[in-house]
Amino acid sequence: MGSKHTNELTYDAQQCSPGSSSQAFSVVNVLCFLVFWLCIINAWAVVLSACFQARALTAQTAETDAIRFLVGTQSLKFDNQIHIIDFDDENNMINKSVLLHDAGEIWHISGSPADKAVLTTCYSKSEFCVCVSCRPASESRVLTCAAVWRMPPEWESGNHESPDDSSNNPQTLELLCHLDNTAHGSVACVLWEPMGDGKRLISLAENHVLLWDLQESSTKAKVSTATLEGKGQLKFTTGKWSPHHNSTQLATANDTAIRGWDLRSMSQIYCIENAHGQLVRDLDFNPNKQYYLASCGDDCKVKFWDVRHINEPVKCLEEHSHWVWSVRYNHSHDQLLLTGSSDSRVILSNMVSISSEPFGHLVDDDDLSDNEESQQEDKGKEPLQDSIIATYEEHEDSVYAVEWSVADPWLFASLSYDGRLVINRVPRALKYRILL
Amino acid sequence: MSSATTPPDSDPNGRRRIHSMLKLYYGLNEEGKAADQAESLDPCDINGPHFDPEVYLNKLRKECSLGELMDHESCMVKQIRSLDSDMQTLVYENYNKFISATDTIRKMKNDFKKMEDEMDCLSANMASITEFSARISGTLQDQHAQITKLSGVHTLLRKLQFLFELPARLNKCLELQAYAQAVSAHRRARCVLQQYSHMPSFRGIQDDCHVIMEQLAQQLRQKFRDGGSSAKDLSECVELLLQLDEPAEELCDKFLSHAQSRLEADLQGLEAELKDSAVTDTGGGSVQKTSPGSNPVSPSSSVINPFLSPTAGTDILEFIDRGCNEFVSSLCLVIASYQELFINRPQEGELASKNIPEMANGKLHVFVDTLAARYFSLVERRIQEEKGVSDNSLLVRALDRFHRRLQAISKLLPGSAVPSHGTEIVVQAARQRIKQYLSALQTFYHDSLTDVRQALAAPRLAVGGASASGGGASSKDATPSLPELLASLSNFILNQLKSVLASVHLFTAKDITFSNKPYFKGEFCSQGVREGLVVSFIKFICQSSRQYCESAGDRGGSTPPALLLLLSRLCLDYETSTISYILTLTDEQSCSEITEPLCLLLDNIYWVNTIEPRNVRAVMKRVVEDTTSIDVQVGLLYEEGVRKAHSSDSSKRTFSVYSSSRQQIRYAPSYTPSAPMDTNLLSNIHKLFSERIDIFSPVEFNKVSVLTGIIKISLKTFLECVRLRTFGRYGLQQIQVDCHYLQMYLWRFVSDENLVHFLLDEIVCSAAHRCLDPSPMEQSVIEVICERG
Repeated sequence: MGSKHTNELTYDAQQCSPGSSSQAFSVVNVLCFLVFWLCIINAWAVVLSACFQARALTAQTAETDAIRFLVGTQSLKFDNQIHIIDFDDENNMINKSVLLHDAGEIWHISGSPADKAVLTTCYSKSEFCVCVSCRPASESRVLTCAAVWRMPPEWESGNHESPDDSSNNPQTLELLCHLDNTAHGSVACVLWEPMGDGKRLISLAENHVLLWDLQESSTKAKVSTATLEGKGQLKFTTGKWSPHHNSTQLATANDTAIRGWDLRSMSQIYCIENAHGQLVRDLDFNPNKQYYLASCGDDCKVKFWDVRHINEPVKCLEEHSHWVWSVRYNHSHDQLLLTGSSDSRVILSNMVSISSEPFGHLVDDDDLSDNEESQQEDKGKEPLQDSIIATYEEHEDSVYAVEWSVADPWLFASLSYDGRLVINRVPRALKYRILL
Repeated sequence: MSSATTPPDSDPNGRRRIHSMLKLYYGLNEEGKAADQAESLDPCDINGPHFDPEVYLNKLRKECSLGELMDHESCMVKQIRSLDSDMQTLVYENYNKFISATDTIRKMKNDFKKMEDEMDCLSANMASITEFSARISGTLQDQHAQITKLSGVHTLLRKLQFLFELPARLNKCLELQAYAQAVSAHRRARCVLQQYSHMPSFRGIQDDCHVIMEQLAQQLRQKFRDGGSSAKDLSECVELLLQLDEPAEELCDKFLSHAQSRLEADLQGLEAELKDSAVTDTGGGSVQKTSPGSNPVSPSSSVINPFLSPTAGTDILEFIDRGCNEFVSSLCLVIASYQELFINRPQEGELASKNIPEMANGKLHVFVDTLAARYFSLVERRIQEEKGVSDNSLLVRALDRFHRRLQAISKLLPGSAVPSHGTEIVVQAARQRIKQYLSALQTFYHDSLTDVRQALAAPRLAVGGASASGGGASSKDATPSLPELLASLSNFILNQLKSVLASVHLFTAKDITFSNKPYFKGEFCSQGVREGLVVSFIKFICQSSRQYCESAGDRGGSTPPALLLLLSRLCLDYETSTISYILTLTDEQSCSEITEPLCLLLDNIYWVNTIEPRNVRAVMKRVVEDTTSIDVQVGLLYEEGVRKAHSSDSSKRTFSVYSSSRQQIRYAPSYTPSAPMDTNLLSNIHKLFSERIDIFSPVEFNKVSVLTGIIKISLKTFLECVRLRTFGRYGLQQIQVDCHYLQMYLWRFVSDENLVHFLLDEIVCSAAHRCLDPSPMEQSVIEVICERG
């Protein structure tokens, strides 16, 4: 395993600068190797690349067998890549494949729920960077675009090759469809229809919600748009497509507000003004309770909302000491909540009191209130209280993305800006407590 | 020789056998001779019981020589001789004794014969005596019968005379008001008259008596009803009435109702007073309260000015005093006399069977309870009216008196619920008092806080107005008020708290009787005062502080951070657990204030195409200014913390040299696209070796730590903002200039200047990464620009 890491590193380094001195490499290798071994004690870390920053992380939604994460790099100077991280659970091995994404630096990435080879990225074009100094101001806007890509079929066969080969000629993504947003401005993120057939997706561009319907894998039809009204420069920062209500609802965040949208009428259904003191950074829907969602933001808080009672949050966590960038519910055990923050910490918390299965048995969503009451009553004998399970401090830079694995509900990955991806497990004791 | 010794020995041998058999039969020998058994079994022991001469002889003959045998024989002969002489002396002695015994017996025989004759003579005399006495009694029989008859008639006649004289005597008694005599006389005659009522003469007497006694009873009742008489009279009265078969229950009732009417009057007086005070308190504003006489004024409806109630009307001490003197003392009297009359009386005959004490006791309890309840309700109302905070001692004294008087009742009436109820009232009053103090403290706190806010706002405005024209002087004028404000605020609060505690302390003073109650010893101190008053007040302070913080966070800085600082310092003074929380909030608040313009700036400018940097941007200057002002503010409230040794000699020049040389190494290569790897490697190695800087370490309570926290978080936020942008060449250069400027000024605020360097390096590095055309500015140019700025 150690040798594998070393190999990856060498490969990264060589890819980045073929002509640099070998002395430096050995130093880095040795040092990073040490760091790895430190991490291996309870986690698995992989550094994508010594020269790539990264912000975008997603689990491959359609892949239910292998534990696989996709990471998009962010670099203005080099060709950006999509790294496919495979975690071999049995052998505790991390395999990595690289696909070239030459359109630009990746700000957001998400995988299709139906086809595991299809993914979308939000990327900013940087093609006119050279001309900035000589061009007039009108040309030099950086625009973030979105596109649907298909991974080349060969990547899988090539992922176990020696890193040197794959680094020499990494496969390029095949463009399926460009989600044209020139009329609407920069795209903040692209969302797939949860549990859909991989045909419908939504992009959030400036202050527009664009609903796309993919036809024949390439052509596209913009069904409808909803526009956020308001004074000033309002734009969506992030959003989440609700998996409930037959996938007809969407939640978006702009500035300090969270808004809910009905996709059938493309109208706003609720609006939580001042959900956070400062910017809202991320949202996630409770996978089992249809009215519950979690949000996080620059005020270092994580808040839980019942969208039927939007006046105040159901619960509020203040564990982080800087902006919270990402919040994720576990897909199957919604008491497990993962948050990543720019204080370079990842916190795994156990929110039993507002989960759907407080005592290990499922409760219907309809009698939520009853459920809560009984929870209150039974809290005394309930051994699992709301608590922080663990704080992971393996990262040395801001953590911008955390994600649960689709295949293994007890596994999660976190990505920090310096390109380090750390894969962790839910502590075994807790896992058995939840399961048994 | 052997034949000589054997014959005398054979006989004793046989006797001994018989003897031992007898002994065996009576079970004597075994225990007694157990010790001798071993030696006596030896047949050669000449003194033992089992001595066998044959064996002994054989043994001697076998063992001894001739000489020895001879010796043995002579010895044996000698012994036998001595034994013979012993026996002879014994026989002689016994013979003498026997002779004397026979003489004695003979003498006794003669004496008995003489005695027999005398006894015969005695019996003959006795017989003659009995005969004579019988004859005498026979002659006296008739006369004795006559005498007894005569005496019987005499007593009867005397009784009859008494009966005939009875009405007259009763009348006379009635006239002389000697009721007791009359009653006792009547009682004596009553049963006789009852028995012989079938005879007309006796009937007449009985009727007369009845009439008289009725009259007497009437008079007694009258006297009883009037009640003006002394307790002794009253008790006599009751006793007589009881003896006259008056039903005890009725008497009790009458007695109690009579007492009640008097006590009611007292209560009415108290109530009237209560009403008076209530009316004066309301200031005659409402007419409805004055009009109904019977309607009690409900305490809730009477609006009472907290600072007027003690002065208007009677104060509570007077009220309680009056209540005690009039009501409680008369109640005690009533109880005492009642008990004297009905309960503690020695019971006699028929009255005992009626079980009066129990009945009477029950009645008394009911009576006392109802009256006491009314009294308590009055007292409670009065206490509730006591809303003022000022005169706690009066209240305590009043409560004390109240409690003490109730103690008397409890002594009189052991089983009564009154004292416990009274204690409850006292406890209630104490609790209420504490609540009042708490609310008073809270309002006071609010008031003082608004004062502080106003005081803070005024200089702020002044600074705001002056800062446009660049006035540092006005800010100097304004800022010194901060510690003064803090000191005055905390002093105010402390003094207030102290005075409140002092007055609460009165409740537990030694000379107060109820302070000995278990409630006041334990619960009151811990629960009431500590939890209820002090802790909840501190909680309140914290909560309100937190509210300020939260609202500040939500509304984006509507509360001046100085106020937050003040609050945090205040909380620190009170050493509560939430300080750090508030302090961090303060931190964040201050940070957001600093960073907001930064972020705004970053948002608003398209960094890709800015113009070439010619100056330090105004925002950065503002940041430095803000930091300075925060520094001043914090410095006023917190003491200086520990600062790491200044590596840069604290002078700007050396610092700039240091930074420039460092930057040359760190950044210069990274901006040339030809060798990007070197920088990355270098920075990575640097990261590996440099200790990880903890940006979010907990804040301590000193100036440096607070400011370090603020600056760290601000710069971190700046970094995050930079990472979200894409820069053009001049954007990067602008960031360089800005960072250099910040570097020049921020290091002095923090505990470890390397931290600022690290973070600023990180910012410039990130900006370089995010730059489309990374061509950095010359260090010298940057320095020139910054100097100029």
